[in-house]
Amino acid sequence: MGKPKLGVFKFASCDGCQLSLLDAEDQLLAVADAVEIRHFPEASSRMEAGPYDIALVEGSITTPHDAERIQQIRRDAKFLMTIGACATSGGIQALRNGADTAEFMRAVYASPEYIQVLDKSTPIAEHVKVDFELRGCPINQYQLIEVIQSLLAGRNPRTPRHSVCLDCKRRGTVCVTVAQGTPCLGPVTQSGCNAICPSYHRGCYGCYGPAAQPNLVSLSTHALNEGASAAEVSHNLRNFNVYAPAFRNESQRLTDQIKEQN
Amino acid sequence: MSEESQTEIARSCFLSTEQFAKLFEVLHALDYEVIGPTIDQAAIVYDRLTSVDDLPRGWTDIQEPGKYRLEKRGDDALFGYVVGPHSWKQKLFPPVSTLSVADRTDAGWQFTEPEQELPKFAFLGVRACELAALKIQDRVFIGGPYVDPSYQGRRNKALIIAVNCTQAASTCFCTSMNTGPRCKAGYDLALTELADGFVVEVATPEGEIVINALETQIATDENQRQAEAARQQAVDQITKTLDTTDIRDLLMSNLEHPQWNDVAERCLSCTNCTMVCPTCFCSSVEEVSDLTGDHVERERKWDSCFNVDFSYMNGGLVRNSIRNRYRQWMTHKLATWIDQFGTSGCVGCGRCITWCPVGIDLTREVAAIRETQT
Ligand code: SF4
Ligand code: SF4
Ligand code: SF4
Ligand code: SF4
Repeated sequence: MGKPKLGVFKFASCDGCQLSLLDAEDQLLAVADAVEIRHFPEASSRMEAGPYDIALVEGSITTPHDAERIQQIRRDAKFLMTIGACATSGGIQALRNGADTAEFMRAVYASPEYIQVLDKSTPIAEHVKVDFELRGCPINQYQLIEVIQSLLAGRNPRTPRHSVCLDCKRRGTVCVTVAQGTPCLGPVTQSGCNAICPSYHRGCYGCYGPAAQPNLVSLSTHALNEGASAAEVSHNLRNFNVYAPAFRNESQRLTDQIKEQN
Repeated sequence: MSEESQTEIARSCFLSTEQFAKLFEVLHALDYEVIGPTIDQAAIVYDRLTSVDDLPRGWTDIQEPGKYRLEKRGDDALFGYVVGPHSWKQKLFPPVSTLSVADRTDAGWQFTEPEQELPKFAFLGVRACELAALKIQDRVFIGGPYVDPSYQGRRNKALIIAVNCTQAASTCFCTSMNTGPRCKAGYDLALTELADGFVVEVATPEGEIVINALETQIATDENQRQAEAARQQAVDQITKTLDTTDIRDLLMSNLEHPQWNDVAERCLSCTNCTMVCPTCFCSSVEEVSDLTGDHVERERKWDSCFNVDFSYMNGGLVRNSIRNRYRQWMTHKLATWIDQFGTSGCVGCGRCITWCPVGIDLTREVAAIRETQT
């Protein structure tokens, strides 16, 4: 068998996840050696048609053209993996979901009639079958290499589903919530970044999306009891993974609560 | 040091604050790496110390469920705080370690052990509840037929300088667990801090070597009286209790108690309580290879029964809900630990209460079950 053919594709996104792959300098040569990179616009002008053994998809679906293009990529790819929060949960651009997109366009563009855009920014999995979702905003290069490696070796990838807190404790970081009263999404967010924000005295922003079986209601109830407002708590959830169901539902629940009170 | 090497009656003496400062030089000259309390990240953590100035002089900690704050004291006490987010297990059972390494060569797989010169630690500031925790982890790692060589090597070399608590936090309940606040065994030296120095109890030959390198005085009756009063202050400040009467049977006969559902609504299954607990010892071992598959490292990492995938067995999760995971943790810690190791797994240090991001207090959960047991 020859080397597996790899394609990297981009939808609505900032390119940060593709850059993570390029940043993995020390490992990149080994990747280039192990796979045949046939399509990677961020890295090379060489773009060859499918089929691909592995397709890495960055970005969310935001236009009718996107929605068609992903179908072709799916047909061309044996194994399709999304990389990053945009492709996996719709990204920061999903903040517009549920709002008046037409009005946004009028506010931003001089000639909105040239813009063709869908009402919502949606994850790839709402359009085609996804074989593996790699979380993060941006993804962690070591996790990406790990997944590629697991595909080459024919084993399951190691991308743990536990909370960020476990990583804080393993690296000896003192909890910013308990010691400094800083709000932190770590207890409900999936591991992947090695708890980088708390190590810089900041709360977790939830870049890797909801951890497995997250208890959002308890975390926000505690924050409210400690004096935070429902608006603040809901706002903290409205980030890169705002459209991930667990975060979306909790932020909606809090928004509904605010409406009821008014 | 291990409890066996401790002499029957500890000899005591008085060490002035000035002489105490020289302790660091003495320990360094004996090749010890001194680990003890210091301020970092808005908390008193355990880290490498170079001199007396690294200690949290004049600081204390205020603790309650889900909350920890540093505060200035009105004096220059060096050990005027309680216990923080770290415990000595970080040093004896490191959070991440490489157990072995394998390389593919023409002649086949070559296996090597990365260890290593084992570090020689002097732990400064070990509290009574922590001495009890060390004893529990000794039982787990070196007390049975399968000995953990890394833990054993570190533990045997370690010098334990205990400090008697002279105050307690609202989260402390060592008196309920019979583990403190008085340091009774398991140390080389034990200090009780007074305004102008320390009353030192010397319990082992290793402790003698260290104390003999310093200038000490005879501990006067007045010194002893002051030390006793200071220690009594900690006892008097302890307000939290855990009623341990028949606790094993209480929990094991209430496995379907509605309180488990109640706590599951609050628990985040975030793992913090197990990570900060000085007796929790779970880990996962995995093989990590490079891209070529020619170089493989076997890594051990702290893990937790609150991690959803920790109970994954061929085909599924055994504990697939927060309720099941919390119940597993508490029944192991307070009940089945007794069957397994002959003691409770809890020493009453209160860390799991303080460092739980939503302030869940195990003593209250047990009390709620006791009140309405079925
Ligand atoms: S800082 Fe955040 S992620 Fe870290 S332990 Fe605290 S709550 Fe968890
Ligand atoms: S639980 Fe007891 S021994 Fe431990 S720190 Fe508190 S008072 Fe000291
Ligand atoms: S009891 Fe608290 S610290 Fe422990 S897992 Fe539950 S929420 Fe986290
Ligand atoms: S269960 Fe809690 S109070 Fe008991 S030893 Fe562990 S951290 Fe300390």
